[in-house]
Amino acid sequence: MRDLEAALTRLDVRARPPRLDDADVFYAVHDAPVGTLVLAATREGTLVACSYDTEDVVAARLAARLSPRVVREPGRLDEARREVDAYVAGRRRSFDVPVSTVLATPFAQTVLGALARVPYGSTTTYQAIARAIGEPRASRAVGNALGANPLCIVLPCHRVLRTDGSLGGYAGGLDVKRRLLNLESGD
Amino acid sequence: MFVGLPPFQQLVDAHWRDVARLSAALAGPRDGDDVAQEAWARALRAYPSLTHAGNLRSWLLTVTAHTALDAQRSRARRDRVPALLAEPVADLEPGPDERLWAGVRALPARQRQAVVLHYVGGMAHGEVARALDTTPAASRRLVSDALAALRVALGEKEEA
Repeated sequence: MRDLEAALTRLDVRARPPRLDDADVFYAVHDAPVGTLVLAATREGTLVACSYDTEDVVAARLAARLSPRVVREPGRLDEARREVDAYVAGRRRSFDVPVSTVLATPFAQTVLGALARVPYGSTTTYQAIARAIGEPRASRAVGNALGANPLCIVLPCHRVLRTDGSLGGYAGGLDVKRRLLNLESGD
Repeated sequence: MFVGLPPFQQLVDAHWRDVARLSAALAGPRDGDDVAQEAWARALRAYPSLTHAGNLRSWLLTVTAHTALDAQRSRARRDRVPALLAEPVADLEPGPDERLWAGVRALPARQRQAVVLHYVGGMAHGEVARALDTTPAASRRLVSDALAALRVALGEKEEA
C-alpha cells in the first residue's frame, strides 16, 4: 500500500524552463573577453546595466530598484552584447544602444553624465570630473560614484585616473582597466 | 507597499522542474507543457501584487493547480463534440506508471488536485488546504479518498 504513495512521488518529466516574454526587465550573463558581464535592459530595450557583479547581485538590484519581474532572457540583450564585444575587439568606439542610468543615484547620474565629454582614447582625473560638475572638493565622492557605475564599458569610467597618473580603481579589476586603456590608445 | 520580492528568475530557477512535474501529473504528458507555460505566465502577471514573499513555492504550485483545472475545463468544452472522433492516445502498451497517472487524471478534480499537490508537490496538508481553500482535515480526506480510488482502479486493471 505504501508502494502507491511512493510511486506518486516519483514522476520524471522531460521539460524545458518556461519562456517569459512579458517581464519588465530582461538580463543576460555574458562571457566577454574582459570577464563575465551581466547586461540588463527594460522591455523597451533600454540598457540599464552592464556590470561585473554576479548574476545574483545584479538581479537583486534590478528587482529592488526597477521591478521584481526580472527574467534571464539573453536574446533581448543580443545587440548590446554584440556592441560590447565589438568595442572590446577594437572594432567599435562608441555605443548605439539606448541607455539609462536609472540604477545610479542622482549625484552619480551627474558624474556619469560628465563622462560623455571624455572621448575615446583620452583620459581624465577624478578631480577634473569633480570640477566639471561644480563640486571641486568632491573627488572622493566622484570616485565612489564611478565605482558604482551601473553601465561599465558603455559609460567609460575606465578613462578616469588619479591626479598622479595612477590607475585608481575599477570594478572589473585593474588589469581590465589597463587593457581597455591600452586598447583605446592603440598599444 | 514594498515587500522585497526576489527577482522572478530566482523562482524560475528554483521551481521550474516542480511546476513541470505538477503540470504533467495534472494535465498529462500531452498538455503538461502548455499548462506549465501558462502557469508561469499567470504567476509573472500576478507577482508584483503579492503582499509577502513567504512560501513562494507553495504559491507557484497553487497557481499551477488552478491553471491545470482551467485548462481541463476549457478542453472539456472544446472537445464535447469531437471527442468521439479524437485519435486514441498513443498508449501502445501502457506500463504501470502510465496506468497510475491515467488513474490520477481520472479522479474527481479536488481529489486529483489534493493528491498531486501532496505527493508530487510535496506540500503538507496545511498548504494543500490553503491551495484548495479548505481545511487540513478536508485535505487529508481528499487524499485518502483519492488513494482508495486509485487502489481500486489499479487493482481491477491488474486482474483484468
